[in-house]
Amino acid sequence: MNRPAGNALGKVFSAAGISRRDFLGFCATLAAAYALPASSVGAIAAALEKAPRTSVIWLSFQECTGCTESLTRSHTPSIEGLILEQLSLDYHHTLQAASGEAAERARDESMRINAGKYLLVVDGSVPLGNPGYSTIAGVSNVDMLMETAKGAAAVIAVGTCAAYGGLPAAQPNPTGAVPVSRLVRDRPVINVPGCPPIPVAITGVLAHFLTFRSLPELDDRGRPKIFYGESIHDRCYRRPFYDQGKFADSFDDEGARKGWCLFKLGCKGPVTHNACATTKWNNGVSFPIQSGHGCLGCSEPDFWDAGSFYKALSMPVTPVRKAVAGAAAAGAAVGAAVAFANRAKKTAAKAAHEAVKVEDLTKKS
Amino acid sequence: MSGLELLTWGRGPGLVLALGLCIFGVILRFAEILALGRRADLALPRPNSPGSGWRTMLTRSLPPPGMLRRAPLTYLGGYVFHIGMAVAVFLFVPHIELFRGLLGLHWPGLPNPLVDIASIAAIVALLALLVGRLVDPVKRLLTTTGDWLAWALTFAPLVTGYAAYHHVFEDYTLTLAMHILSVELLVVVLPFSKLFHAFSLFLARWYNGEISGRKGVAS
Repeated sequence: MNRPAGNALGKVFSAAGISRRDFLGFCATLAAAYALPASSVGAIAAALEKAPRTSVIWLSFQECTGCTESLTRSHTPSIEGLILEQLSLDYHHTLQAASGEAAERARDESMRINAGKYLLVVDGSVPLGNPGYSTIAGVSNVDMLMETAKGAAAVIAVGTCAAYGGLPAAQPNPTGAVPVSRLVRDRPVINVPGCPPIPVAITGVLAHFLTFRSLPELDDRGRPKIFYGESIHDRCYRRPFYDQGKFADSFDDEGARKGWCLFKLGCKGPVTHNACATTKWNNGVSFPIQSGHGCLGCSEPDFWDAGSFYKALSMPVTPVRKAVAGAAAAGAAVGAAVAFANRAKKTAAKAAHEAVKVEDLTKKS
Repeated sequence: MSGLELLTWGRGPGLVLALGLCIFGVILRFAEILALGRRADLALPRPNSPGSGWRTMLTRSLPPPGMLRRAPLTYLGGYVFHIGMAVAVFLFVPHIELFRGLLGLHWPGLPNPLVDIASIAAIVALLALLVGRLVDPVKRLLTTTGDWLAWALTFAPLVTGYAAYHHVFEDYTLTLAMHILSVELLVVVLPFSKLFHAFSLFLARWYNGEISGRKGVAS
């Protein structure tokens, strides 16, 4: 895993049999993604070719390995995958060959040699409820994160768990799970959420760092705007059906077969920011909505607690009938009390009524 | 609190709270009104005019002769606003889904551009009615704080709904949350303000028509 640092990416690409055309194509894609002019393609290519392989330490905390799965199952030899592969991935539980003390030594060594320069990638949330909930080599997640983040050039929180707490932080959050950004305050943290995130979103951030030595522009949720700047709904190929009022009412009705909008079936595309609808998955083959299932909203904070995946966005997330029945009963009870008070007032007024006599009218005060 | 958290609150506890207060208020107001009672009318009806109350429900929705010419803004603005809002509330598919979630009832909706036109018409009508109220010294004098509040509370869901649909603001989720919360605020205030006419309208018209009919001025 630990490779010498001076090996530039250009050489790695050549050695891996990636053609110049493919490489420039990738640079052009990056330039387009970052909304840069075509003239910048050459600059990106030059920067990438000369970029020394940056050391990456990848820490996995309370996670399911889905984020790593997502990356490793990107098609081979995709350039996105290759970039990740050819980064000096010095520590990664799932991918590294070493284990036990040797693995931990690799992390220590990388932190020492590349102090202040390495990238720290984290997937999974960090439990604060009890240090024993999740440990690696006897070290609690929070301690390992803080120790490793100290010398990192930047921290990339990959996946919704690392970015926002994700599933472990769902109510009632039994482990006291928190996102990376809650703990790391003195280093730039970039969130690449998704359950899992799209591979190119991760590699795009890495490529940006390699090219410009800085992180891309982020939104107010700490996500790179280029991948998370637009909602799934706005980029969805089924959007015209939404506007026409054509919806699937079930997963196997005529509407579903015709590919109509999945809003009624609980699609959270309107409130979800991600690039699924444009970059798609499995090398651009498809994405959940194209496969006939609504968006779950997995790249948004607290998406697990945002109501049923199968209820339309405008539907209640909690039952209301009992509360409404209770309110109606209370209204009737208070109404009856008010009516009773009004009646009593009326009766009292009637009893206190004095008939006007002729003497009263002629009486001189 | 993020936009999604606010939205989820609006779709959950906020909705329960708003609907609970609304139903509480509506039942309370009706109980109060109906329990007031009326003294028995011992006189014979003059003339006997069955159905006067029911007819009045409809005829009061039409301008009396000459009034449309005298107060076009009031009548036309009122029609456009009420019809536009009814279309937006009851024929926009996401709203129908809300009713399905609450009542189990649903019906076909309209394509979004048509609902959009109706919403814009309602917004313009409300603005025109506001201007008319501000410009006319008599109306301004008659307007109470409750009226201004009722206008604002009715306007807010329309304008936030428009903003959400057209992505006027960058944060769609927050705009949608604001839309839902503004509706909930309206729903809470509704039974305790002049807006209660949404519920009492037909009962009041029926009573007026019926009692007037008995007194010889049947509709």
